[in-house]
Amino acid sequence: MYATSYHRASSVGEAVNLRASHDEGRYVSGGMTLIATMKQRLAAPSDLIDLRHIADLRGISVEGRSVRIGAATPHADVAGSAALRTVCPALCHLAGLIGDPHVRNMGTIGGSVANNDPAADYPSAVLALNATVVTDRREIAADDFFLGMFDTALEEAEMITAFRFEAPEKAGYAKFPNPASRYAITGVFVAKTAGGARVAVTGAGSSGVFRVPEMEAALLSSWAPESVANVSVDPAQLMSDLHATAEYRANLVRVMAKRAVQASL
Amino acid sequence: MGTVFEETRAPSMGQEEDNMAKVTLTVNGRTMSGECDDRTLLVHFIREKLGLTGTHVGCDTTQCGACVVHMDGRSVKSCSILAVQASGSTVTTIEGIAAQGELHPVQAAFNQHHGLQCGFCTPGMVMTAVDMIGRHGGALDEATVRHELEGNICRCTGYHNIVKAVLAANEEMHGAARQAAE
Repeated sequence: MYATSYHRASSVGEAVNLRASHDEGRYVSGGMTLIATMKQRLAAPSDLIDLRHIADLRGISVEGRSVRIGAATPHADVAGSAALRTVCPALCHLAGLIGDPHVRNMGTIGGSVANNDPAADYPSAVLALNATVVTDRREIAADDFFLGMFDTALEEAEMITAFRFEAPEKAGYAKFPNPASRYAITGVFVAKTAGGARVAVTGAGSSGVFRVPEMEAALLSSWAPESVANVSVDPAQLMSDLHATAEYRANLVRVMAKRAVQASL
Repeated sequence: MGTVFEETRAPSMGQEEDNMAKVTLTVNGRTMSGECDDRTLLVHFIREKLGLTGTHVGCDTTQCGACVVHMDGRSVKSCSILAVQASGSTVTTIEGIAAQGELHPVQAAFNQHHGLQCGFCTPGMVMTAVDMIGRHGGALDEATVRHELEGNICRCTGYHNIVKAVLAANEEMHGAARQAAE
């Protein structure tokens, strides 16, 4: 690891000021991706601004059907939230599939979404649930947030503070995990929301998480696993790597979509 | 850590000088402090500054779980956390779970059920098991134990005896309470 300077922020304002005054700095929350990346010298931030001790950033609140999850809430807390489980168990299920118990105790939803790893689980949920990404300076709709692999609408020094969404009528998540890393080789989150059916795919797209309008249309007319069984996805827009070819992933999108719908029933 | 890296690198890569920090932790009930670089990992701080070498570095890539300790009551991989991130927290390591010279029930069960061969992964396995048993409040079955061991790798045992030991320790720790309640 290259040398770095550590700063512990106690408020959102302090963190943003610290980040803005260090061009080569990075926010660190759970650090489950960033510290590992720094150890491999693939990242070398001059400064780390630690968000883990900002109390406002942590916690889950459910009022009626309205859900708010603080950005620094660890995966273990999302997986284990009884309040969230009553309105959106699919999100608890997703959080419980990330990494392993120790990683889930540190890694946070905000960190995962801000990083926008093309194989991370959370981006698919945020997109399918039509969540609002709340930052220190504005609110961003999920459809406008994910711009490509590791690329988001976040500006320099902008920090995610929370996620908000209305609990869907139905939702499900199914993933085909890499057996070593638990990252999604393909993961599909389906949600029946007030605005219609939404299907978001992670792990497969060559520009990160994406929606499948054909599946959404099919689910809108009939919310059943058979509705998505024959909708194919063009492999040309999917990744090929040592884990799976694009054609294999295209098939996985269909299979995982079916399982996700099945899980939502 | 504290090594001077000799390879060349782009001027924008990180800091030129190490920033030193004072890290204070409550480890196994004692307040302990030490100085280290900001980039020092918690596991190296525990082993090299505090001299507690029971916590192991296995893979160094967040996969094997030999470095698991409890931080503020939660199991974490200490090879993937900076010591400065942990400063101020309460840490329990493998050295801190036996009370008054008596093995912790999980340690005793690993011994009794031969839940180890070379022993390298054992500190992480034991710390993981203690956390797991605590979280599930007695409701543990084999499938859950196997699933929850996903962050801990053992290259000797094939896991069978580890799973046996965790279930036996769970029974030891919660069985008595269950019997009393019945």
